[in-house]
Amino acid sequence: MRANVPSYDLRVPENLPEALALLAREPGTWQPFAGGTDLMVLLEAGKLAQKRFFSLAKLAELRGIEVTADAVTLGALTTYTAVRNDPALQAEFPLLCSAARETGGIATQNRGTLGGNIANASPAADSPPALLAYDAELELISQRGARWTPYHGFHTGYKKMQIAPDELLGRIRLPRRARPWRQYYRKVGTRKAQAISKVCFAGAARMEAGTIGDIRIALGSIAPIVLRAVKTEDALRGKRITPAAISAAQECLAGKIAPIDDIRSTARYRLRVAQNLLEEFLLQLAR
Amino acid sequence: MKEKFLGHSVVRKEGREKVTGRARYVDDLAFPDASPEMIHGATVRSSVARGRILGIRYGDGIPWHEFTIVTAADIPGKNEITLIEHDQPCLAAGMIHHPEEPVVLLAHPDRYLLEQARQAVHIDVEPLPAIFTIEDSLSGREIIWGKDNVFKSYRVNKGDVDSAWARADVIVEGEYRTGAQEQLYIENQGMVALASPADGVTLWGSMQCPYYVHKALTLLFGLPAEKIRVIQAETGGGFGGKEEYPSMIAAHAALLAWKSGKRVKIVYDRAEDMAATTKRHPSRTRHRTGVTRDGKLVAMDIDFVIDGGAYATLSAVVLSRGTIHAAGPYSCPNVRIRAQTVATNAPPHGAFRGFGAPQSIFALERHLDQVARAVHLTPEEFRRRNFIRKGQTTATGQVIHEDVDLNALLDRALRESDYHAKLERFARENPGAAVKRGMGLACFCHGAGFTGSGEVTLASVVEMEATREGCVRILAASTEIGQGTNTIFSQIAADALGIGCDRIEIAQPDTGAVPNSGPTVASRTAMIVGKLVEEAALALKRTLLESGLLNDACTEEEFARACQSYIETRGPLRSRSQYEPPPGLHWDDATYSGDAYGAYAWAVYVAEVAVDTVTFEARVTDFVAVQEVGKAINPALAAGQIEGGVAQAIGMALYENVVWREGRMANGQMTNYIMPTAADVPPIRVFFEEQPYPFGPHGAKGIGELPMDGPAPAILNAIENATDICLREIPATPENIMEAMTEKVGAHG
Amino acid sequence: MADTVAKIKIACTVNGERRSVQAYPMARLLDVLREEMHLTGTKEGCGEGECGACAVLLDGAIVNSCLVPAIDAGGAEIRTIEGIAGGEQLHAVQAAFLECGGAQCGICTPGMVIAALALLDRYPHPGDAEIREGLAGNLCRCTGYQKIFASVVRACEARPAQPEKKR
Repeated sequence: MRANVPSYDLRVPENLPEALALLAREPGTWQPFAGGTDLMVLLEAGKLAQKRFFSLAKLAELRGIEVTADAVTLGALTTYTAVRNDPALQAEFPLLCSAARETGGIATQNRGTLGGNIANASPAADSPPALLAYDAELELISQRGARWTPYHGFHTGYKKMQIAPDELLGRIRLPRRARPWRQYYRKVGTRKAQAISKVCFAGAARMEAGTIGDIRIALGSIAPIVLRAVKTEDALRGKRITPAAISAAQECLAGKIAPIDDIRSTARYRLRVAQNLLEEFLLQLAR
Repeated sequence: MKEKFLGHSVVRKEGREKVTGRARYVDDLAFPDASPEMIHGATVRSSVARGRILGIRYGDGIPWHEFTIVTAADIPGKNEITLIEHDQPCLAAGMIHHPEEPVVLLAHPDRYLLEQARQAVHIDVEPLPAIFTIEDSLSGREIIWGKDNVFKSYRVNKGDVDSAWARADVIVEGEYRTGAQEQLYIENQGMVALASPADGVTLWGSMQCPYYVHKALTLLFGLPAEKIRVIQAETGGGFGGKEEYPSMIAAHAALLAWKSGKRVKIVYDRAEDMAATTKRHPSRTRHRTGVTRDGKLVAMDIDFVIDGGAYATLSAVVLSRGTIHAAGPYSCPNVRIRAQTVATNAPPHGAFRGFGAPQSIFALERHLDQVARAVHLTPEEFRRRNFIRKGQTTATGQVIHEDVDLNALLDRALRESDYHAKLERFARENPGAAVKRGMGLACFCHGAGFTGSGEVTLASVVEMEATREGCVRILAASTEIGQGTNTIFSQIAADALGIGCDRIEIAQPDTGAVPNSGPTVASRTAMIVGKLVEEAALALKRTLLESGLLNDACTEEEFARACQSYIETRGPLRSRSQYEPPPGLHWDDATYSGDAYGAYAWAVYVAEVAVDTVTFEARVTDFVAVQEVGKAINPALAAGQIEGGVAQAIGMALYENVVWREGRMANGQMTNYIMPTAADVPPIRVFFEEQPYPFGPHGAKGIGELPMDGPAPAILNAIENATDICLREIPATPENIMEAMTEKVGAHG
Repeated sequence: MADTVAKIKIACTVNGERRSVQAYPMARLLDVLREEMHLTGTKEGCGEGECGACAVLLDGAIVNSCLVPAIDAGGAEIRTIEGIAGGEQLHAVQAAFLECGGAQCGICTPGMVIAALALLDRYPHPGDAEIREGLAGNLCRCTGYQKIFASVVRACEARPAQPEKKR
């Protein structure tokens, strides 16, 4: 434990207006604290520079999963365990359940939240690729009101987000698709469980008689942000899945991702495996 | 003697405490009513790998007057952590030889403030060139230790290798490497110390060898033996990692206690433990092997080098064991082994289960698969043609006197693993499959006890004492670290005395109260110390029988009454046994030849692997471990040792990669140093054969380290069987597998 | 020296007993249990939520107490290893660990027992895959997990005969 614990403040606003007032009054001073599974690790390593936090624990508006005709909307405080257990998500958004299942272990899943995962903005996060594959939208709330923004484009650089200093992530909306898409999720980690991802791939496609009607491809751990491979999607949209199409897509992907060497893995490995996962996804679509 | 408990899976003696959370490890110890107050200690370490200390600066904003501050100048005796050589200081003064080298110690009651203070101490070092690889060390471009960076070398010469090449039809060469490995006991290292010139030094802590700590501190403080007292607390795993290092952390806690007059606790966090404490020695082995065209070994020339880090510590002994095990359980008339341990500017490497043997056996068993291929034999057939048998000699010229039957062990391992059927099935199914499967084997042995005359030098002692209630207390320095010491000692004593296991007490290992039964290392606790326990128990019983107070066939109540009667009329009822070597063992240190160990356990392990060609991950999907162990004193505990050792070795083979940057471990967190979870381990199926060793208790041989030796080569042999790629280095990470598969495809166009 | 915040009162129920302690808001629940409440059965193995040695039940769910800030314990029902046995009567899971050799050095055992309990709460009769997943957050360096799996299976077999423990 390398932090000066007595110097850290963690307040608990009683309700959402109180929390938003705090953010409005002192923007940039107070950081939201959800499950703590990322922030407490930084604290213990002596690397948590931010000293003032406010807990979201009492903000009921940030909890719950709501199913309407158009969408499934999750509160930012939805835990991975809640994601895994939700029937609507299991039925229509299984990639998110797969991602939740692959995040840490059961203990982490009981505390970690989807909102915290998004706000922590790690390029190695497990859920964001699934969110991108589902065209997720984020609700950002402040004293000034609420706005919705697509999750795609929310991260602008390593740990940089399109969120104002007085805003709080409120809900995540997943538009329901008219017909089910084919879906694929694979995380390649350092071991089978409790692992940080080396490469993470989420893919979804609407097939029309052997042709790709529409497609989403999202990857983690291969760039400073979680990435939607838009150019690769464009290259595949409207195509039949042939060996040539797969190769072309793999080459396109290689040109767009920027994996690195780090203490867990190498750029060459990440690139190669990302391409292999793309191929595996496409071959599954072709069956 | 009846075997009421021996050979049975008696429940763990201290098991109840462990499953209820009542077992007290060092960080749980409270001393509520005793003064002085307990304060926390912390260590300030060098961030530079090598250099001259120019000064120590204490930063602003810390109330330094509240702190106890200790440097080398405060050491009352020798500034040295004594093991074999005298090169390792307790606190660096003048020169730095590795990153994380301890320089300053701090103590304070507030552990948060203590941590801030630790970060505020700056060691100014003028850097000197540092070396980090075996090659750099051997090159001599920078001499960092002694005259030539070599801590120790050995040479084994059997027959005449140089003239034997002419008789070989095929010669195969290969180079093999193993990386460092972190012991990763789940309980971090820690010590609590109380020390003053008047009362001496008392230590409580996590350790394997109380008497090692004791010896180191007598020299550090310049105090006589009776002024130092070392007490082992419940210890959460050791695996060798708590053999040497506890002397260092004990010294630090004691120095702070000495200077502050307070009780001082130092418990490392995981980051410090990983960065600063010992790891398995990295190794490089070069084999040159000559065989006849029908696969008979003619000559083995082995070059074995291990990286010892910055100070000598126990590297000479690790080298010794690795050297002696380097040529395996085979009969070869001509063997030369040239072995060295060299210095680099990394924190000193140290004991880790297997102690040199996993490194040299990895190389050998990988290499022999290549040799087999070169003479068109299967891995299995090649081994069969060369297994050592009774009457034949090892590389050091030791005659094998037992009826070792490695063929039978191999038969059993192949049968239990369904080896041939799977080989055939995988060969059929692999082409075109995304996941390729394979089988691999390794054959090996592991010598138990200290090498050569080591046990005679240790001269281990066990004492025993009966109570009025008819309980018998065992007094030994052998520690329980999870392997089952307490339980098997109870079983041995209970059967020897003819009383219940629950009537046996194990005295806490406390140098103030127990004799030196030697360190808890080298797979010696059951075989060597267990035998002393048996002898002491028999001696105690004999005393009672000879006193006329007891008949041989007695009930527990009669035994208790006899003890009471004896104690009341004649005084304490005690016994003592001291190690005597088995007859006929001769070892020559000068020529490094002779009887290296009293007993060998023999084993054949088979690994089944799956290699995913999409992600290049290799997984062990089934594992069979067959070993001949003399006698399994407690089958459940014995199986537990094998299962745990195999899992650690699977980690060593596939997952555990120490990433080095300028001599320091860059991935020193559990998030980034990967050991297998419950989701990663295969079924590990353990089978015992028993051929009693006459000088072990009820025939038992030592087995604690054996399971570390076989899995890594078996796994890489299986990967080669599955994919045709020839990896010669561990860990076989997915990145390395990918590079090898890519190269292979590239080579074939 | 940086500013210090005030300690706050944390009132919670631990092993069925109402407890109230003073702690810094970001202090780890692990430290509150071990140091303020003197419940040393819960262990620190890594301080980063990887090893599970610090696992406890928080409102019935398994969490790594090294990652829970003290303030989140306020009003919560916490169960630690000390609260698993019923007095001197071991819980079926503990008895199974004893019988099957699921503990060697014992340092991971408190967290592992908690994990086994949490697993059996979710799946009264888990299969191999569920057992492995349920325990994957608890690292053991001694056993290779084999006898821990066996302990969980034994605990399932024994459970119908045991009185159901309250969450």
